[in-house]
Amino acid sequence: MKAEFKKSLLAALWFMFLTFPITVVRVNTIERTVAWRWERLIWIGAATFILSFIWRRLLHRKQTGRREVSAGEVRPPSRWKQMAADPRLKGLALSAAALCFLVIPLLFSWNKTILVTNALIYVVIALGLNIVVGLAGQLVLGYVAFFAVGAYSYALLNYHFAVGFWAALPMGAALAAAFGLLLGFPVLRLRGDYLAIVTLGFGEIIRIVLENWNALSFGPSGIDNIPPPGFFGLALTLRQTHIAIYYLMVALTLLTILVVHRLQHSRIGRSWEALREDETAAQAMGIDTTGAKLSAFALGACWAGMAGVVFAAKQKFINPGNFTIWESILVLCIVVLGGMGSIAGVVLAALVLVILPEALRVFADYRWLLFGALLVLMMVFRPGGLVNARRRAYAFEPSAPEKSERP
Amino acid sequence: MRNRVSRRAGHAVIIIMTIFGMMLTGCSQKEAPSNAGEKQTQPPIKIAVVGSHSGDLASYGIPSARAAQLVVDQRNAACGINGRRIELLVEDDVCKPEIAANSATKVVGEGAQAVLGHICSGATKAALGIYKESRLVTISPSATNPALTQSGDYPNFFRTIASDDAQARLEVDFVLGHLKAQKIAVLHDKGDYGKGLAEFAKGFIEADPRGEVVLYEGITPGAVDYSAVVNKIHQSGAQAVIYGGYHPEASKIVAQMRKKAMAIPFVSDDGVKDDTFIKVAGEFAEGVYATGPVDTTHNPIAIEAVKAHKAKYGEDPGAFFLNAYAATLALVNAFEKSCATDYDALVKALRTEWVATPLGIIRFDERGDAIGVGFAMYQVQNGKYVEIK
Amino acid sequence: MNWDYLLSLFMGGLTRGSIYALIALGYTMVYGIITLINFAHGEIYMIGAFTALIAIGVLTLAGWNGTAILLIAAVAAVVYAAAYGWTLERIAYRPLRHAPRLSALISAIGMSLFLQNYVRMAQTANFLPFPNLIPEFAFLKPVAHIVRSSELVIYAVTALVMLLLTLLVRFTRMGKAMRATAQDRDMAMLSGVDVDRVISLTFVIGSAIAATGGVLIASHIGQINFYIGFLAGIKAFVAAVLGGIGSLPGAVLGGLVLGWTESFFTGYVSSDYEDVFAFLFLVGILIFRPSGLLGRKQMEKV
Repeated sequence: MKAEFKKSLLAALWFMFLTFPITVVRVNTIERTVAWRWERLIWIGAATFILSFIWRRLLHRKQTGRREVSAGEVRPPSRWKQMAADPRLKGLALSAAALCFLVIPLLFSWNKTILVTNALIYVVIALGLNIVVGLAGQLVLGYVAFFAVGAYSYALLNYHFAVGFWAALPMGAALAAAFGLLLGFPVLRLRGDYLAIVTLGFGEIIRIVLENWNALSFGPSGIDNIPPPGFFGLALTLRQTHIAIYYLMVALTLLTILVVHRLQHSRIGRSWEALREDETAAQAMGIDTTGAKLSAFALGACWAGMAGVVFAAKQKFINPGNFTIWESILVLCIVVLGGMGSIAGVVLAALVLVILPEALRVFADYRWLLFGALLVLMMVFRPGGLVNARRRAYAFEPSAPEKSERP
Repeated sequence: MRNRVSRRAGHAVIIIMTIFGMMLTGCSQKEAPSNAGEKQTQPPIKIAVVGSHSGDLASYGIPSARAAQLVVDQRNAACGINGRRIELLVEDDVCKPEIAANSATKVVGEGAQAVLGHICSGATKAALGIYKESRLVTISPSATNPALTQSGDYPNFFRTIASDDAQARLEVDFVLGHLKAQKIAVLHDKGDYGKGLAEFAKGFIEADPRGEVVLYEGITPGAVDYSAVVNKIHQSGAQAVIYGGYHPEASKIVAQMRKKAMAIPFVSDDGVKDDTFIKVAGEFAEGVYATGPVDTTHNPIAIEAVKAHKAKYGEDPGAFFLNAYAATLALVNAFEKSCATDYDALVKALRTEWVATPLGIIRFDERGDAIGVGFAMYQVQNGKYVEIK
Repeated sequence: MNWDYLLSLFMGGLTRGSIYALIALGYTMVYGIITLINFAHGEIYMIGAFTALIAIGVLTLAGWNGTAILLIAAVAAVVYAAAYGWTLERIAYRPLRHAPRLSALISAIGMSLFLQNYVRMAQTANFLPFPNLIPEFAFLKPVAHIVRSSELVIYAVTALVMLLLTLLVRFTRMGKAMRATAQDRDMAMLSGVDVDRVISLTFVIGSAIAATGGVLIASHIGQINFYIGFLAGIKAFVAAVLGGIGSLPGAVLGGLVLGWTESFFTGYVSSDYEDVFAFLFLVGILIFRPSGLLGRKQMEKV
């Protein structure tokens, strides 16, 4: 206990030292004044002192937890898991979820509906990126470019050729996929972080071109008056249109989940996973790595493109400012936080990460600070993400089939 | 096996629903009490104030919210509008178009009868469609994009600030006429505001036989330095620089120009006509020209407004404070004169009724631009912006 | 051909490149040892600049003046940045040593967001002027339009840092341990290298170098805010990759090449597409040399 106390004291002193200049002293070089805010030092010391106890306790718990697993002990499935395992309960939960999503526009206000629509758009984008990053293991940092391609393809096709929403939806997806291939070819030889930085550059290139090439994209002032989708020729008010778009997004999300799920367990999904685990070994096993990579890029990009079309139609106005590197980072955070490769995790993370900043509004200015801290804490204490993606395992253990499953 | 996959899904679904439900209800609970507790016979008139109140552009949005608050407090202390209280619905859009659309639907849902906002042109564009559909009058104190009024798409839009092309016109006339420069470098920050302005300036110069554009470039905001661009200005032989954008980049470019012993005039816009520019650029700011709304320091309403701001918030008001003050006054006046809250009556009142504001006596033209709001050229002299007559 | 113009673009590129190089060194060292893209490295550079500004403000009010202030401020910046780097590693990366690499990346992004907003809230969101305390050298007067004394100081410091770092890595015991850890962490551990200490030290050195860059550029440009680290960090990362990530001379070369590329492209073509060209250039280099200019070609282990 004494040792623990000493550790916390040291941590508190260290942080008081560390935060001293930036937190305590406030220099205003404009007015040439210096403000000293000593009371903050005490707060920081006290907070660190307490937090460091919690921090060490949690780390300790995490480590002992891991040790238990590595010792091969199998914890009995918790009650929670037993409940989740019950097919009847599971069916109930799924249908409850479906029902919930169906009644959201009826129960909540207009802007909440839009908020959930935004979250669903991010679900679709993130599921697309999940194919590239989570399944195929190719770290892409400029994924928002494909989203931009989708959004701009609808806006521009509509502006120049009066292409309708429903025709633009597949076209946007196809164009984004084409851009995916365009990016895929030159970077085929690159691996890991080289790939990351080149794709980051790709995202920036698309944004800068949209900003500069006025003749094509109308520059930074963007495109407005993008028509909403038509629904069976009905004359809808804006609010009804938003609700219709919401249901469209629910349908699109379901479609994405279905397709990604099927893809994951198809032949090509397997080759992606092999690619992720070890490219050289995959090649040695006779997997066409070129084809696998390109198909991952194209199939991943097309979802972002489709989401982009819906985004443009919902937003009615788009400009390059919608597609900055922070959007790419957000989507990547969703994929990793959700647990790479896990569909349920990605859905969960997208809903949380898009709605969380809105919910954190109460904390106003602190919300990005909290968001950053939460990302770090999440990764430190649950590095595998919210939902661990467990791969299908084929096990033959007639006596205790449960044992094959690692908690 | 199949079971295992779906069990996972079921597990996650439960978590999703719980968190999700908590978040949504969490949000809705805190809104409920806002319109409770009204015991007056007549419901209050609700005016939404939407703009950037947090994030890096907060300094452009907060003064407007305060201006609206001051006007409304003053009116409510008297007898409101024709006996009805005024209530403000303040919403933050962080100057992001996608969030602005959300905020717009939110205030529409809460029953706003007119809108003061938004602050940034992009956000305004994203929200205007929603207001138009809901038949809400919208007055922006700071959205300067010309298309907002000139396209004719938004009959519900008004503003108390001159549009970018008016500023660009003034800048070009000043540079060609007053400074007698023939070779001009036009720079911008690639942003909505800066580039739009620079394009107008470029067009005006090209149409004028007195001058030519020798350099037209977009700089990268936030870059480590601008020495290459500054060298290029030097190389181009420009006799004056017109810059479209905000003050952080402007002060870096001016400082680098002056340090390289380039003394040519630097002419910029409203985004630079901010005291922060002078403070940050220090000695290098001396002699820089910038356009801004005509000097209002002698307008009694403006003096009153600034005094009220100092009394309530203990500091000088920030950017667009007077524009927002004027917009709120115009709006209140329109409500009062039209004796109604319906859209057509309000629009008519805004277009026909003159109103005394800190910016002068104004009304709005058919397109929604304010008549009577003028721009003037200022120069930094001894650390202060001084109007050039 | 206008030689003065060419020369001034060259010098401008060199200035920019030197700053990129100073930040890229930290990136590449960390990457070489634990293969982590330390996304928060740019924020350390920003914190260095802020600490220096605060020190300058306090000292000026206390009545000090001249170059002494700059030196003390620079030392304070370096010490604090190093402390931040060390703490960053302890909190956000060490617990993730055995986690998937992407988790560490997200943790780094979180830290980057956190530090940016921490400085924004504890200090200010506005730009603050940074006094130029580097004296104007009289002998540079005739060529003032080409190179300024603060630029000369930047070149000199970059060269010095590079030299010291090379000496450290080549000839000291710690340097040997660092190289061993970079090559094979497990093997290094088996041979008695305290790997955790080596990693901590890498962060400390990398952060200190970044802070040097932060102070230099701040006094050259004359203003800072909480966001300056983000873009500079990304550019520096590009520089590190361009030069071959993990290689120290590569980071410097990559930084300089990137600086020159941007400067000349802006000078002779247009700054509209400055960044586009920089990234296309990177792609071009990587297509022909997939591990960067000076990166070692990686052998595939089968």
